[in-house]
Amino acid sequence: MSSEPAQLNIPGHTEEHQHRSLWMDVWIQYRKHKGAMLGTIILLFLILAVTFGPMIYTVSADEINLQAINASGLPWQENFSWSHPFGADNLGRDTLARCLVGGRISIAVGLSAMLIALVVGTTVGILAGYYPMLDGPLMRITDMFFALPLLPLLLVVILLFRDSLRQIFGPEWGIFILIVSVIGILNWMPTARVVRGDVLALKEQEFVTAAVSIGTRSQNILLRHIFPNVLSPIMVSATLGIANAILTESALSFLGLGFPSDFPTWGRVLFDGLNFIQITPMLVFWPGLLISLTVLSVNFIGNGLRDALDPRLRGR
Amino acid sequence: MSRYIVRRLLTAIPTLLVISFVIFVILDQAPSDPTGNLPMTIPPEVREQIRETMGYNDPFVIKYVKWLRQFFVYEPLNILEDSLNITIGDSEGRLRLRSYATRGPVVDLIIERMPQTLWVVGSSFILSIIIAIPIGVLSAYKQYSWFDQLGTLFAMLGFSVPTFFTGILCILIFSVRLGWFPSIYDTTHKVTDWASFVVQIKQSIMPVAVLAFASAAQLSQFTRSAVLDNLNQDYVRTARAKGLHERVVILVHVLRNSLIPVVTLIALGIPTIFGGAIITEQIFRVNGLGQLLIIAIQGNDIPLVQTLTFIFAVLIVLFNIIADVLYGILDPRIRYD
Repeated sequence: MSSEPAQLNIPGHTEEHQHRSLWMDVWIQYRKHKGAMLGTIILLFLILAVTFGPMIYTVSADEINLQAINASGLPWQENFSWSHPFGADNLGRDTLARCLVGGRISIAVGLSAMLIALVVGTTVGILAGYYPMLDGPLMRITDMFFALPLLPLLLVVILLFRDSLRQIFGPEWGIFILIVSVIGILNWMPTARVVRGDVLALKEQEFVTAAVSIGTRSQNILLRHIFPNVLSPIMVSATLGIANAILTESALSFLGLGFPSDFPTWGRVLFDGLNFIQITPMLVFWPGLLISLTVLSVNFIGNGLRDALDPRLRGR
Repeated sequence: MSRYIVRRLLTAIPTLLVISFVIFVILDQAPSDPTGNLPMTIPPEVREQIRETMGYNDPFVIKYVKWLRQFFVYEPLNILEDSLNITIGDSEGRLRLRSYATRGPVVDLIIERMPQTLWVVGSSFILSIIIAIPIGVLSAYKQYSWFDQLGTLFAMLGFSVPTFFTGILCILIFSVRLGWFPSIYDTTHKVTDWASFVVQIKQSIMPVAVLAFASAAQLSQFTRSAVLDNLNQDYVRTARAKGLHERVVILVHVLRNSLIPVVTLIALGIPTIFGGAIITEQIFRVNGLGQLLIIAIQGNDIPLVQTLTFIFAVLIVLFNIIADVLYGILDPRIRYD
């Protein structure tokens, strides 16, 4: 707000009436949601930790240190050493380093699978909502996907195509591409349904009629008028998508059908530690805690966003 | 109503056909060999003959139609025969759907595993309903109280903490540290008297609680919002104005109306719980359907994978219909005809 006296004399032009953008309103409302703010802080911290952590904590994730085999991650136990604060596994690989590197992949899987699901879901939703001709067939396909048994199908598809994709893209990236695309392709349906519902309501509104009446082409109406207005449900389903994808990837790794052991993700580190749960319980505890914390904070962010983007709740 | 049910069941047939076709197409790409589990001493010509008799070399469409006939006609007939001890037609001549690994009929394997899954899934579901509905009602009635906040936190934890982590934490605390419950579910255990019943309860507590926690989370939040929707309705004010006791208003008037959407959610949730049981069964070594699926996938046992995946799909479609029908029965405002 400018402090020039001339402006202050204008009646009604006070701090309260300052122009605020939609996103500023959303942010103000979002900040009030304690859980969401805590979730944002924890998630940012985790993302920073896994991005820059391996540069600061320089212990290698695959180095086999025979002296550290089964190092306990609990300070009061005798085989604890400060060089391995989270302990080490049965091969002497450092758990903290593996968790940091693994977090990069887990979070990357979450983000990329969410992006795929979002792009497919939004496209299907907007097309089905806007073109009545496409509505029937697209929604039938969506219903069909809803009826697919997701986890069994994921397991089957990954088992079948693992080897061929590994040959094309190499052992690590092959399985990454496979897992991300399969999770993405099997999880776009909720987004599509929500977006379609919103588009159906939006296209009856006056501003769309106005745009049609001045001869705007339909792809421009979709991109400039419809799409910006369905951003809020898309953002909420994005957070749900990330949480879902991280959980699915770790479940796959937990069942032994995810990433290979030398390419750690949180789920994989947990799976590897499962047989040594009596000797080194911390090996299972830390990755599990990290998965839960990430998903929990993403879910809280989603809750906060949903409340902040809902105009009926905003301003209270 | 019955007309609606018939129509829904009829439209479910093409859906299931498409799903079965998709599953069949995906699995047909699998590099599997039905003779892979047979002894190495069998000469290649004999192997080829075995493949031939199993119909492995048939064209894709023939294989699909054969599978459909086995799944929808032959196996139901066999189950009928077994349960009623009668013979229908040429029961010896019917080609059965056989597992590659055990070479026994797939259906027998599934029937063998069914009770364990049903016991764990069923009791966890009942437990989650018993936990979730009171929490949901109380949270809504005392909205924004500390109880409500706690209930929301409980629900968020239930959504977010994966079952394999809660399961492992339970094992770490109650089996490894305290030694209260066994970490492995013993399926050969038979309930004969009180002592063995206690053992059965002890070994079921952890898998059931882990599954129930995950499903109670969603259910309690849903109940909460359903009750909140009803609390502001006019009929509640009328009931209070009549001078009804608060307990009657909540437990009779509000609860009955709020449970309508909750019951449909419960019906929709049953197939998801079967899916979630795959992981829980793996943690506690329950040899149920989920574990059978994992073993089949790891062993490339295509007929078994096909049948199990399709059964999961049938469950989803079936419970969708049940949910819609229940909604129509429970809510007189909804009429489908």
